[in-house]
Amino acid sequence: MIALVDYKAGNLTSVKKALTTVGADIFVPNAPDDLAGATGIIVPGVGHFGATRALDAPWIEAILGRVGEGRPLLGICLGMQWLFEGSEEAPDLRGLGLLSGQCFRLGTNGGRGVKVPHVGWNSLAIQRVEGTILEGVEPGAQVYFTHSYVAPITGDAAAVTEHGEPFASVVQRGYVAGVQFHPEKSGDAGLRILRNFVELAG
Amino acid sequence: MLSKRIIACLDVRDGQVVKGVNFEGLRSAGDPAELARRYNAEGIDELVILDITATIEARRALADTIGRVARELFIPLSVGGGIRTESDAAAAVDAGADKVSVNTAALADPGLITRIAQRYGSQAVIVAVDAKRDAAASGRFAVYARSGQHAAGRDAVEWAREAESRGAGEILLTSIDRDGTKTGFDCELTAAVSRAVSIPVIASGGAGGLDHFVDVFTAGRADAALAASIFHYAETGVRALKQHLRERGIPVRL
Repeated sequence: MIALVDYKAGNLTSVKKALTTVGADIFVPNAPDDLAGATGIIVPGVGHFGATRALDAPWIEAILGRVGEGRPLLGICLGMQWLFEGSEEAPDLRGLGLLSGQCFRLGTNGGRGVKVPHVGWNSLAIQRVEGTILEGVEPGAQVYFTHSYVAPITGDAAAVTEHGEPFASVVQRGYVAGVQFHPEKSGDAGLRILRNFVELAG
Repeated sequence: MLSKRIIACLDVRDGQVVKGVNFEGLRSAGDPAELARRYNAEGIDELVILDITATIEARRALADTIGRVARELFIPLSVGGGIRTESDAAAAVDAGADKVSVNTAALADPGLITRIAQRYGSQAVIVAVDAKRDAAASGRFAVYARSGQHAAGRDAVEWAREAESRGAGEILLTSIDRDGTKTGFDCELTAAVSRAVSIPVIASGGAGGLDHFVDVFTAGRADAALAASIFHYAETGVRALKQHLRERGIPVRL
């Protein structure tokens, strides 16, 4: 059973539907203790980094506990940014810190004349496939984004996307993965990525 | 590079698509889910369901329609038409919409934009602006409410700016002058609004041929373009349109 963490950052209808379509058995935990039986954890979310405040110490402890046991973790959009140390969007908050780096606003590194938020379909420049959730995803596949803040490109970047400037669109370090776009809204490529994660979570 | 989006609009009444039911295979059905499936297979980037019913009974049928369309789609789905309150928005989102579009109700109560954005995020809120060239002032565009029936007494560029500041995630901009004419999008209107806001602008009204889309993505500075009948009647295939755009250097998802 994969736990889909609902911290009220956006509606989960589409994510649930997509996960069910790829054969996942999902549940929405009511409390951190419910994560004990999870074979994998997904942290979705849209909107302001401040929304991650709801993922407080007991949630963090429970999630880190499962990750420590080798349970796969997937962050989607805001959920991916939360995997990092923090974000300029809410400097007083800390992220989960499993990946190093700070998230920042698109355009702050000299992004030229592009609209922010970044909304729509954009391509994945895949950096690493083997052992990542990108197996079976075509190079240059387009996926659906809607966000203003981005994660930095580090050694954990498995795919990079450009909107005025390059940013990490897929990250993965061991069993910890994140996607900046919305796989549940990204057609076949998105479903493939979700299926890969579901298989990883066994 | 970010692709320019091609969006198909389904005008739905009592659970049936009321425009474009006369092409092969869908002549008798007019079923939104069937049309959605076809567009998805052709590579449409996004779908809009526009509810053109008025009765409460029919609005319940709408939730069922949204659910049936959403069930098999893994691309963004927006719902508009008659969204007057937060609970209308909630009903659409609960039924499977990713975004809702508000128009007349937002003009009467701009705070509605903010309230929906606070609940679901700005990415879920489209403000639909129906605009008409101002006969008295060249280069200016007036906003109309109630399906283009009543002048709202507002300037389109200013209203789009206000909508953005109140939390809108996108602007769906329809030219009343061009709507249904197939003479091309109003690129002047679209460019004026697109320059004024940093959120995406979806151009609508006037699509009649492939080059109209080229024009609106270049001169019109549109981020996305929406059409209904041109796709329904299979005058223009989505794939053929995207191929045409790509050949002219416009980034699309193919």
